[in-house]
Amino acid sequence: MAEGKTITLNMGPHHPATHGVLRVEVELDGEIIVKATPYIGYLHRGIEKLAESKNYQQAIPLSDRLDYASASANNMGYCTAVEKLMGIEVPKRAQYLRVIMAELARIMGHHLWIGTHALDIGAMTVIFYAFRDREMIMDINEEIAGYRLTPTFFRIGGVAADTTPDFIKKVREFVKWFPKALQGYHTLLTENKIWTTRTMGIGPISAKDAINAGLTGPSLRGSGVAYDIRKAFPYSSYDDFDFKIPVGEKGDVYDRYLVRMEEFAQSIKIIDQAIENLPEGPVAIDSPWITNPDLVSVQTDISELARRFVLHTKGPVGPDKEVYHAVEGAKGELGFYLVGDGTEHPFRMKVRSPCFYLASALPRLLVGHMIADAIAIIGSIDVVLGEIDR
Amino acid sequence: MIDFFIIPVIKVIILFTVCLLIVAYTTWAERKILGHIQLRYGPMRVGWHGLLQPIADGIKNFFKEEVIPDNADKAVFLLAPVISISVAIILLAIIPFGEPFTIFGKKITLWLANPSIGILFILGFATLGSYGTILGGWSSGNKYGYMGGLRASAMILSYELSLAFAVISIIMMTGSLSLVDMVSAQHGLWNVVKQPVAFFVFLISGTAELNRTPFDMPEAESELCCGYNVEYSSMKFALFFLAEYTHMFVFASLVTTLFLGGWHGPFLPGIVWFFIKTFAIIFVCIWVRATFPRLRYDKVMKLEWKFLLPVALANVIVTGAVMALV
Repeated sequence: MAEGKTITLNMGPHHPATHGVLRVEVELDGEIIVKATPYIGYLHRGIEKLAESKNYQQAIPLSDRLDYASASANNMGYCTAVEKLMGIEVPKRAQYLRVIMAELARIMGHHLWIGTHALDIGAMTVIFYAFRDREMIMDINEEIAGYRLTPTFFRIGGVAADTTPDFIKKVREFVKWFPKALQGYHTLLTENKIWTTRTMGIGPISAKDAINAGLTGPSLRGSGVAYDIRKAFPYSSYDDFDFKIPVGEKGDVYDRYLVRMEEFAQSIKIIDQAIENLPEGPVAIDSPWITNPDLVSVQTDISELARRFVLHTKGPVGPDKEVYHAVEGAKGELGFYLVGDGTEHPFRMKVRSPCFYLASALPRLLVGHMIADAIAIIGSIDVVLGEIDR
Repeated sequence: MIDFFIIPVIKVIILFTVCLLIVAYTTWAERKILGHIQLRYGPMRVGWHGLLQPIADGIKNFFKEEVIPDNADKAVFLLAPVISISVAIILLAIIPFGEPFTIFGKKITLWLANPSIGILFILGFATLGSYGTILGGWSSGNKYGYMGGLRASAMILSYELSLAFAVISIIMMTGSLSLVDMVSAQHGLWNVVKQPVAFFVFLISGTAELNRTPFDMPEAESELCCGYNVEYSSMKFALFFLAEYTHMFVFASLVTTLFLGGWHGPFLPGIVWFFIKTFAIIFVCIWVRATFPRLRYDKVMKLEWKFLLPVALANVIVTGAVMALV
């Protein structure tokens, strides 16, 4: 490329289509991208470092704020990793409730994705339909956890509370309603001629390249690799449920779109099975070193009060060992690497964030496409900067 | 004196105020209709159902800070919105809003002028209006604005052609360039029945000419962060905005005039019919904006050169052949 023939354009960190604060420096020849460099770090909050100074229980809200679009799915990752470190087996009812919350969070994350992705490509109405349905999930979160966006419903050893009748009712309502809404999104986009010309054949990545780039989640499955941790290494009773892993063929924007659209349907299927077959029993283990006593016995029994006091001032103690545990977050393999040192804080927490790998694949995805495609591609890999910068 | 001075001046004043009010309320209508399509209310706070919103927006824009970027070409930067808005308002002059009527023995026409070159005047000035967009984008010294300006120039070069060819088939059938003659010729059967292909070509390329979704290349808010007007603030931005909506109103009136029979219609007075049809077209524009994604820049060009232009040309040829035979 001759000198002076290209212009360098700075997309982000406050460009309307680079979600959150992603900054991509693109070099343009006309409207064709010849070089793209993503920059990250505008949303760094030091979550990994903060976790080292908090006890295991206290770090759960931090994990909510990784991929804030699907908070419960991160809770799942963190809590199962800590439980693996401490060797805890969670009661079945808690596992099912966790699955419901995590799948609802996955749907929430995908809602944000479909809304913004369509908005970037110019279909401005989809986001409002998506957010109408997202609101129903927020209400469910509020019902059971008290919080809406970042519920922090998970605890080490179980979940925070048992279900309420309203929760069951609202989840059933959502399961019944959502397939219709999903059909609405399909009507607006899937066979829309403009949508298909904007997405088909754009930003393709082969299965080999996708694996080499470390892509996981829907973006990898769009390239035809049926790798889903929920199936490959089942955790939290995922092997009890009957669901499929949707895969694409070409790995272009449209395939990634179809994969996520099908994941909506599969998540609903999982939630339906979980809510109908919710087992009876406790929602957390009863271990004096990990979980709180119930509030009635705290007021009547001095030893239970002491147990609560110790748990709240010190927290559960992690053994002196290392674990890595990964779950299928909304964006891909969300892994937590924890080093315990026999105290109540982890010595080190490292998050394997799927979005980091997705963003690092951007240079090879963007080159050769037009600037309008760059928007479609950034939307289709669905990065959340909270998780990249941590 | 009365015929040549007072009546035209009164008409200018009425036309200017009424049309600008209509344009201002088109922005309100757009926000309301978009809102209701998108499960929200749109403006609700200023006045009953946000009816004073356009006025509040205007006042707000007057009090906003004027920002002129350091590396902008200052003269051109200031001139661009002026070109946009003045050209858009000039276009209003020859739209025939209704049939002539007689008052105090004087025949009053509901158009300001009826030049014999009518439609050419419109096409010419509509193209001039795009200079506002191009110069505004180019002079603001911003890469996004620059790219928006580039896209605007490419759009004008291409879509003017099919627009003109769609109009040519109407001119052939009417035998006149005057808009009033075109409306009169549609008494009985509207042109949309006789020329459905030209109607669709005109509708599509007109939407492209207006830079509205799905062809909003020059501003493309998610790609170019509003493109050509990214550096504009306060009233300069409002002028661009007004020009855009005036163009939309003119476009809708043109579709009404050329294809939907202008003021013709049963029972109601002509001017009422004219506005019903015009607002129907505006509604369609808004509806399209709410529904469709944006096309990619090169696909927009492809659509024009490989589809619309050949179709419009073929339509002209077929029209000519049929007219020669019948």
